[in-house]
Amino acid sequence: MNATLITNARVLGGDPQDILVDDGVIVGLGAGLRKDGARTIDATGLIALPGLVDLHTHLREPGREDAETVETGTLAAARGGFTAVHAMANTDPVADTAGVVEQVWRLGREAGHADVRPVGAVTVGLKGERLAELGAMAESAAGVRVFSDDGVCVHDAMLMRRALEYVKAFDGVIAQHAQEPRLTEGAQMNEGELSGRLGLRGWPSVAEEAIVARDVLLAAHVGSRVHICHLSTKGSVEIVRLAKERGLPVTAEVTPHHLLLTDELVAGYDPRYKVNPPLRSAADVAALREALADGTIDIVATDHAPHPVEAKDCEWDVAAFGMLGLETALSVVQHTMVDTGLLDWAGVADRMAFAPARIGRCDTGDQPHGRPIAAGEPANLTLVDPSTTTTVDPSASASLSRNTPYEGMKLPGTVVATFLRGRLTHDITGGTAGGNA
Amino acid sequence: MIRHLLSAGDLSLDDATLVLDTAEEMARLTEGRAVKKLPTLRGRTVVNLFFEDSTRTRTSFELAAKRLSADVVNFSAKGSSLSKGESLKDTALTLEAMGADGVVVRHSASGAPYRLATSGWINACVVNAGDGTHEHPTQALLDAFTMRRHLGELAGKQVVIVGDVLHSRVARSNVLLLATLGAKVTLVAPPTLLPNGVDGWPCATSYDLDDALAGADAVMMLRVQRERMNAAFFPSAREYSRRYGLDARRQALMPPEALVLHPGPMNRGMEITAEVADSARSVIVEQVTNGVYVRMAVLYLMLAGTNTEETA
Repeated sequence: MNATLITNARVLGGDPQDILVDDGVIVGLGAGLRKDGARTIDATGLIALPGLVDLHTHLREPGREDAETVETGTLAAARGGFTAVHAMANTDPVADTAGVVEQVWRLGREAGHADVRPVGAVTVGLKGERLAELGAMAESAAGVRVFSDDGVCVHDAMLMRRALEYVKAFDGVIAQHAQEPRLTEGAQMNEGELSGRLGLRGWPSVAEEAIVARDVLLAAHVGSRVHICHLSTKGSVEIVRLAKERGLPVTAEVTPHHLLLTDELVAGYDPRYKVNPPLRSAADVAALREALADGTIDIVATDHAPHPVEAKDCEWDVAAFGMLGLETALSVVQHTMVDTGLLDWAGVADRMAFAPARIGRCDTGDQPHGRPIAAGEPANLTLVDPSTTTTVDPSASASLSRNTPYEGMKLPGTVVATFLRGRLTHDITGGTAGGNA
Repeated sequence: MIRHLLSAGDLSLDDATLVLDTAEEMARLTEGRAVKKLPTLRGRTVVNLFFEDSTRTRTSFELAAKRLSADVVNFSAKGSSLSKGESLKDTALTLEAMGADGVVVRHSASGAPYRLATSGWINACVVNAGDGTHEHPTQALLDAFTMRRHLGELAGKQVVIVGDVLHSRVARSNVLLLATLGAKVTLVAPPTLLPNGVDGWPCATSYDLDDALAGADAVMMLRVQRERMNAAFFPSAREYSRRYGLDARRQALMPPEALVLHPGPMNRGMEITAEVADSARSVIVEQVTNGVYVRMAVLYLMLAGTNTEETA
């Protein structure tokens, strides 16, 4: 493989340095590096981040290839600066066996745009009745470490307890979609003044918080770790903060859309704003940003949820929940966290690469992610130009779907290049556009 | 006048007054006449698009449009786009292709008329004839019309609305319209049937019906579905009636001239006793008659204005 010399990149937002990559590995870091025959990328003004890691992606394959495939979803991931994505289990068939997770994993390798780390279902068919063969998925070629019934809450307390205990044997983690089902039957949007006015069934904050509180206590009781998916309320932040102060083994994620958008957007009944958990209040958004800044919330995860046009081109009640996220995640984080002074680029690297890789246990092994940008480490890198402003155009997306909530919004920052083990998976540096993927 | 009637809150005081005055005119022109037809909307097409059964509302709109000489098409599309083959969008495109000037839509999904009016699928005027648990603006207009006929101008009048506010599109539209008209509204319901955030609405709330009745100029009873007790909104139909039903004892607590309204269909013996429903102060049947005048006014004001190229 050809060597690549990246010059004048601000590593994690620090002073400009050169990064020399050879054979998929970072071989040098410093000023004035040279290498004969190396392709050179002038990264003046660009930030170098570790390749981003998404702990929460819906790639829809197998089953809903009309919405997304592993190929298109991982291409969107590469464009968004991600080098690894965790593919959620709610496919059709559900990823609840070694066979399905290995299939998804293999499709990821064939596509080559980003490493696909399949998430295994906690329960058979996401039905919440009995445990899926978690051990078989862990030992499969896919090496599953994250288990989730995402889309559905593991609401049975006994089953959740057993799942938390069981995955200790292979250092797994249960990623909980925290939603008390009885409190959210038919729920359509955040329960509050607006849901009452619009006549849409409310999804109350307490339905999330009750499960978060229960699960941090369960995790503590059995000495296992629990991860909270798409945490969305101020109250959940307070519970996780308290749990962490007590040293309880909990981690949590927030989505880009919950960092930026509020339930006020629902007022026009446009289903592009329909998502689960729902967009919350401005007070919740402020609490989530603060929690991500102070580390109460460990990571940003996209919950990239592609849907075909017809699933959103309809009345609110029957529209699908979910929105795209991979290609806009970093821009939204820059907009909400960096440009507001809440987080620096080193913080972004932690919340979007180092920490998610640690939680997903993909920071070690053969082809690790979320490693420091240092000599000897795999060259998973993302170059970002923070100076740009772009109007979001859904038709420009690499995803098969178009359900972005940011259409027409001006967002800062552009991912200029993404390297997966030294290979360009995304490249708009100029003359080399198209890359060699 | 507004282009679509989606929410009672869309109506300014001037708009609302214009509708009520126009309805009065419609009543004057048709009441007691052998031939009740006006030529006003001749050549215009009104589509009644009903995704939910409602013989009362559909018939009222149909009569209103026919009395204005419009061509009326009833388009029943029961079920949602999920259970049925055709989506709201395709139905809308079909109506557009057929040249509908006005679409009167009833739908079980809150906001469906918004989607119809704002998604660019059709150019027709959209009238919300009840959407989910959101709004039912022409019902609020006919209620206001009925009350105004008996009470005079509604500014400062006390209106008590009782029952399942949480699931009631009638209550939402009435609160908004009556606030615009300057009336003072009190919502009375068990706490389980008041929506979260009702404190922000332009009205008062109470859990005690007896208390609220004393100064009322009008009391509007909402339909309560017995099945709500299965979702624990109240323990039993009987307890509901006892605490929130309007019976003769409670009617006696109201000022002698106070009106009793109900949007129908009534659950006699549940939220209202037969004795009260059929009493001299009940204007429930009148509401039905007035519904036609108000809907004539709405259709006339929304559609006649778009007629310019034809009269030119």
